[in-house]
Amino acid sequence: MAQIYRITEQYSGESFECEAGQSVLKAMEQRGMKCVPVGCRGGGCGYCKIQVLAGEFECGKMSKVHVPPEALEKKEVLACRVYPLTDLTIECRPSQSGLASKQTKTTALR
Amino acid sequence: MKKGVMRPGHVQIRVLDIDEAVKHYTDLMGLIETDRDDEGRVYLKAWSEVDKFSVVLREADEPGCDFMGFKVVDEATLVQLQKDLVAFGVDVEQIPEGDLKDCGRRVRFSVPSGHAFELYADKLYTGKWGVTEVNPEAWPRGLEGMKAVRFDHCLFYGPELAATYDIFVNVLGFHLAEQVLDPEGTRVAQFLTVSMKEHDIAFIHHEEPGKFHHASFFLETWEDVLRAADLISMTDTSIDIGPTRHGLTHGKTIYFFDPSGNRNEVFCGGDYTYPDHKPITWKAEDLGKAIFYHDRVLNERFLTVLT
Repeated sequence: MAQIYRITEQYSGESFECEAGQSVLKAMEQRGMKCVPVGCRGGGCGYCKIQVLAGEFECGKMSKVHVPPEALEKKEVLACRVYPLTDLTIECRPSQSGLASKQTKTTALR
Repeated sequence: MKKGVMRPGHVQIRVLDIDEAVKHYTDLMGLIETDRDDEGRVYLKAWSEVDKFSVVLREADEPGCDFMGFKVVDEATLVQLQKDLVAFGVDVEQIPEGDLKDCGRRVRFSVPSGHAFELYADKLYTGKWGVTEVNPEAWPRGLEGMKAVRFDHCLFYGPELAATYDIFVNVLGFHLAEQVLDPEGTRVAQFLTVSMKEHDIAFIHHEEPGKFHHASFFLETWEDVLRAADLISMTDTSIDIGPTRHGLTHGKTIYFFDPSGNRNEVFCGGDYTYPDHKPITWKAEDLGKAIFYHDRVLNERFLTVLT
């Protein structure tokens, strides 16, 4: 049995289980939750940006544009590339996610 | 008015991990690896294409599109179009022969939407993959995955659509096949072509310049699109939306992402156009139906998730 970790998203209060080796975003999607917006799932678009507030994790490759070194230092990372090593507390505020910041950029089509 | 730009020729895509990307574009999409170069770039083609490559993958720390190249009919045309671009006030950069393996010199320029394009006249003719030139069979055996037939077009997101239109239409001889107009009559999407296809390149208005929406590959039938969808599930590949139909172009389509988050499309069908056809117009108020003809509702991700 794979190790199971609990991921808690502080802003919505939602929490879900994530298997070791599984990305936080994938675990959230599998359980039908929507506390983090889902984009490309490949570390490329920056849509699923979260901040890890507590816990240990590993990261896969992410676009430097969306996760420059200073963001990584603050543990502002992309949920699709975050693999928990312990239980995690994360935060995805609408104002910091890709969704909200980019929504204003496509107003011409709305 | 045709000015000698013939067709989309290549696209260079940045990926976070070259090995994962090659596996995606070959095993899943069915492109064929044709070469690699000293910079670590990987060259790929779809089986029905006659030149050596149409997709170049480059490992980088930010995914997206480096440039898209169009093949022109000959060197004289390349010389003329370069003059025309310069006369129009567009800065051009000379990329020497051999910078891309087995490709002639390229004339590179940027457009106001923030994207880089190239024109070139020569690339090594290797013929269609796996079929002979004389008495060819219907298709080659040994293709993988989706068996993509050809690299077809790209869609880019950026600002300054009108100024970008001027370069493609007035300098390079593209014509407007389809458009989306907002209530004030401003064009917020433009589908441009040098062929009978509804688009060889498309742009959608977006404030941030230089964004890459997708590279698209042609399949023959709706059954092939469904089979592509099956393969996307079998390989647990990140899906965007589909299979469905577009209102714009009426193509039947599915969208998904490569392992670095660059969006891909495979599609079949689609309307045709000739230079005497008036542009087809969709209203921005009906954008849901224009983009996803069946759902008639926009998928937020389609408008905002870009590399």
